[in-house]
Amino acid sequence: MRLSREEVEHVALLARLGLTEDEKEMFRDQLSDILENAGVLGELDTAAIPPTAQVLPLRNAMRADAAEPSMSVEDVLANAPRREDDYFRILPVFEEEYDK
Amino acid sequence: MIGLEVHAQLLTESKMFCRCSAQYADAPPNSVVCPVDLGLPGALPVINRKAVEYTIMTALALNCAIPDFSRFDRKNYFYPDLPKNYQISQYDLPLSHDGHLTIELDGQPRRIGVRRVHLEEDTAKLLHRTDAAGRPYSLVDFNRSGTPLMEIVSEPDIRTPEEARLYLVKLRNILRWIGVSTGNMEEGSFRCDANVSIRPKGAEELGAKVEVKNMNSFRAVYRALEYEIARQTEVLNKGGRIEQETRGWTEERGVTVSQRSKEHAHDYRYFPEPDLPPLVIGREWVKEIEDTLPELPDAKRDRLMAQFGLSLYEANLLTGSKGIAEFFEKTMALNPNARAVANWMVGELFRLLNASGIEIEQSRVTPGHLAELLRLIDQGTISASIGKTVLEEAFGTGQQPGQIVQERGLSQISGVDELGNIVDQILAANPQAIADYKAGKAPALGFLVGQVMKATRGKANPGVVNQILKEKLEN
Repeated sequence: MRLSREEVEHVALLARLGLTEDEKEMFRDQLSDILENAGVLGELDTAAIPPTAQVLPLRNAMRADAAEPSMSVEDVLANAPRREDDYFRILPVFEEEYDK
Repeated sequence: MIGLEVHAQLLTESKMFCRCSAQYADAPPNSVVCPVDLGLPGALPVINRKAVEYTIMTALALNCAIPDFSRFDRKNYFYPDLPKNYQISQYDLPLSHDGHLTIELDGQPRRIGVRRVHLEEDTAKLLHRTDAAGRPYSLVDFNRSGTPLMEIVSEPDIRTPEEARLYLVKLRNILRWIGVSTGNMEEGSFRCDANVSIRPKGAEELGAKVEVKNMNSFRAVYRALEYEIARQTEVLNKGGRIEQETRGWTEERGVTVSQRSKEHAHDYRYFPEPDLPPLVIGREWVKEIEDTLPELPDAKRDRLMAQFGLSLYEANLLTGSKGIAEFFEKTMALNPNARAVANWMVGELFRLLNASGIEIEQSRVTPGHLAELLRLIDQGTISASIGKTVLEEAFGTGQQPGQIVQERGLSQISGVDELGNIVDQILAANPQAIADYKAGKAPALGFLVGQVMKATRGKANPGVVNQILKEKLEN
């Protein structure tokens, strides 16, 4: 089943991607194909297999609570697109616009 | 119906998933930051064991169940306080669930359900500025990014702003008591959001859920909830409909303001964090953590009542914080007169603490001071009323009560000879009172005792004065 235009727009909004009308149509097809392909897995009978989020046999990988020196402020800000004093300077954001 | 979500910062040394210091309060901007906090490619998180322990500890103190299996998930959203574009949090397999906390309402216990206590990472701090041309921009400080944050979600069992306040006070007391958080609301170590929905009388359906944010003190929570309940009631009374939305409390105006409709936001696409192996919580580990828990406020309150015959009111006050409870017990160890220690703490000491706005830990009066003061009163060296003066002096200077009494000459006058002389002077000056007494007017005696107390500036032993007066009047 082909994805709806609204679904593509929603996914694009979540990814903060601005799509042209042509691109929306293109991604309707491409995303639908991807979902269909992945959907093949759904044909397997997994009734006897517990849900698994990780295939590694690791469990409880934890560390002791001890602090170590951090990076220098210069290194931290080395990739800052724009900087003001020791802060990253960015476009304005307001809580109201977009909430966590 | 009100449900509360509390975020509490944990008192760990290092951050949740890296070895940067978690103590960023006095650090210059962006000085406790590493590739993990910055979300740089290739950086991998490692779980801080202590943060997990503190969360389990809290969960146990809140009577929660600790499942065998737990894991972290990614909560995906774009916001500049989160450079990875996801927050590592917990979704369907939190560290704990289904607990409760008991609040005291008009002397009656009331149980508030705790849905879950889980662990996540805090975000960076944004500062909003305006440039010379008046255009707004923002600054980012990543020091807070990645510090451990514990989320405690209540069931919607809370009915009134007062119940919400009591729940928060109790919860904060417990977090401080077990030493996992400072619980400081003004500094943002203890933050609270509320979900409020109302159900009109007789209606089956509950109204839409409104989330209230930006409440920075217990008082703000109380006022915001009061306002929000009144607002929703009014909307319904006018035949309107409650929108599901997020509203921000505006302290200055005393109102909640709509921030954004929820309909098009909140699609977090949670999925298991592939960089962190799951947690298998062994029962031995839980037992170990449980063994480190101190006697909790409720248990201590009940014990103080049973062991020392304190009232519920006194026991509640004396377990209002760990510092207060410790002060009581340390004083008791030095001077085991529970009635007097409780009276003096709940009365005079709390009055002095409230008046000066400090916590008991900062008080210059120590358990040693109070124990000594009570001994002086007990031995008759000073009266209870002089005792109040001495405590006040000790509170201000930190001087020992014995020393204060000595230096200021506050010792009670109990000597029969010395008091006898003063009594004679008072009797000579008050013939009318003598006549009244002899005519059978009992209050005259009290008047005369009062005159002696006045003449000695409160230092006379009232019992002895009474005795001497009676003897002299009747002979």
